[in-house]
Amino acid sequence: MSAPTASPSTTQAVQPTRRNQELGLLIFAWFVGSAALAIVGIGTGDGLPDRFWLTLGVTAGAGLVAHAVVRSLAPYAEPIMLPTAFLLNLLGLAMIYRLDIAASQRAIENGSPEPTPESLGQLTWTILGIGLLCVILLIVRDHRKLQRYTYISLLLGALLLLMPLFPVIGHTVNGATLWIKIGPFTYQPGELAKIVLTIFMAGYLVTHRDSLANVRRKVLGVSLPRLRDTGPLLAAWVLSLAIMTFEKDLGTSVIFFGLFIAMVYVATQRFGWVVLGAGMFLVGATLLYLVVDHVRVRVEIWLDPFQYANDAGFQIVQSLYGLANGGMFGTGLGQGYPQLVPFASSDFILAAFGEELGLTGIMALLLLYGILVQRGLRTAISCRDVFGRLLASGLAVVFALQVFVVAGGVTKLIPMTGLTTPFLSAGGSALVANWIMIGLLLRISDITRKPSPEGAAEPSASPQRVTPS
Amino acid sequence: MSELAITLLRLGFLVLLWIGVFYTLGVLRRDLRAPREARPSIVATPSSVPPAPKRSRSNGKGSRLVVTEGPLSGTVVPMGSGSISIGRAPDSTLVVDDDYASGNHARIYPVDDQWIVEDLNSTNGTWLESTRISRPTVLPTGVPLRIGRTVMQVRK
Repeated sequence: MSAPTASPSTTQAVQPTRRNQELGLLIFAWFVGSAALAIVGIGTGDGLPDRFWLTLGVTAGAGLVAHAVVRSLAPYAEPIMLPTAFLLNLLGLAMIYRLDIAASQRAIENGSPEPTPESLGQLTWTILGIGLLCVILLIVRDHRKLQRYTYISLLLGALLLLMPLFPVIGHTVNGATLWIKIGPFTYQPGELAKIVLTIFMAGYLVTHRDSLANVRRKVLGVSLPRLRDTGPLLAAWVLSLAIMTFEKDLGTSVIFFGLFIAMVYVATQRFGWVVLGAGMFLVGATLLYLVVDHVRVRVEIWLDPFQYANDAGFQIVQSLYGLANGGMFGTGLGQGYPQLVPFASSDFILAAFGEELGLTGIMALLLLYGILVQRGLRTAISCRDVFGRLLASGLAVVFALQVFVVAGGVTKLIPMTGLTTPFLSAGGSALVANWIMIGLLLRISDITRKPSPEGAAEPSASPQRVTPS
Repeated sequence: MSELAITLLRLGFLVLLWIGVFYTLGVLRRDLRAPREARPSIVATPSSVPPAPKRSRSNGKGSRLVVTEGPLSGTVVPMGSGSISIGRAPDSTLVVDDDYASGNHARIYPVDDQWIVEDLNSTNGTWLESTRISRPTVLPTGVPLRIGRTVMQVRK
């Protein structure tokens, strides 16, 4: 960020709440989402899709409720995160509708029964997610209170991560043991674990960052942190390896480890931790490559997908063909063949967008994610308490890492790991967790920007040795 | 539907999407430029009236560092014979709560009868009038010194 060139206005301006700008953006986002949905229907040749007006009405209602709740409960929150997330969610919904249409067309051709539309579930989860955003804003009135639950969060996070391994409720889909199943409902508790473990890391680092940053020991002329201080990093490393090995979930383990390194870096401002973390990652990745079969398969597909184009590499090869078919401006919504990629609606939804909206559309989506992450990091920078700062940067980093891992996997930049794209992908667990994260970020930014005197009671913010005139 | 209409819809939607992106960026930019005066500052007692005369003489020099703009506007730091540190770090003499200031941003120290300002390798620099200082520089009385959003000057 460059030095501010405009001198700040000298008037004692009332801090703008920017709620009207948020409303404007929300309405525009809804309009873009609705247009996408309509074009999907026109493009596939069916006219307006089923439940078109229902979806429009429900999403408009959800957006307005979210706006009203933010206006009353977090009036000073920054105005961009909510509409951006809303827009991504609606675009995802439109694409899932589009894939539903393709699925039902294929079912008719094959004479098989009509598949259950995924979009209906996604719409329900969207409402639930936005509802939870409101609940978070209602319950968490001050994010600093969350610091009290540091160690409870750790316990809860560990429990959530282990839940899929429990007998009875644990549930395995496509080789990954990530789900719990209670009655007809399945849920991925790992998505929520991401949030509570971010809370834990923030709380833990607030109290331990000084020893992490300052205490070091010289070993052979290189100053290294003490073994005792590297404990949490080692724990995170072991945890990531365990998730990868036992739950066969590469993506989540990459996210966790990346999150931990990023937060330690933010807390200590020492790049050495990043180097150390990257080294540990390389060691762990090599170990897993040698020992665990499905990791080796993923890497080999990544190195040469076309060799496995008809079996293990089918998905990535189809995704690459799709992106190539999309080209610069895409085939148009409803005009491509994104359904040829397995799991197009969840892991590979970016490939579907790449085919139908082209590079131009993908760039817009990535820019929207960039804006979302920037707003999160911006909230972290302006936050006055260390806990909020760490929490906000952790949440922003989770979004950033997830987008990187998914986009990298879809475009064959890095091995495919199987993660959901935030807000776009079909999948309720992730969507709900993402909306909760937005809720927390909005709360932190509201507290940060609120012009209330008690907000500045932080000792670190008060110039103790200043004599006011 | 005709081929032309489909193409128009296809490109039109991309245009719409990008308008949305630029609209968002526009709001973002306005938000970044927003005045932050109303940020919490019980510690600073903003006042537009010139600071009251000093009650007691401080170690010899008798100068004061007066903050003229920014959240701490109106704050006065007596300048004795020691150095004054400015930054976000809580142990600074003048703690500026400013996203554009570094932890240990700058220090001001006396040499002979002059005040010298030195930038401590800050990210966004220390600006004397409109020049970014790169080495310890004499800080004359009455010349605005800017650190982030905070502008201050030495007064006798």
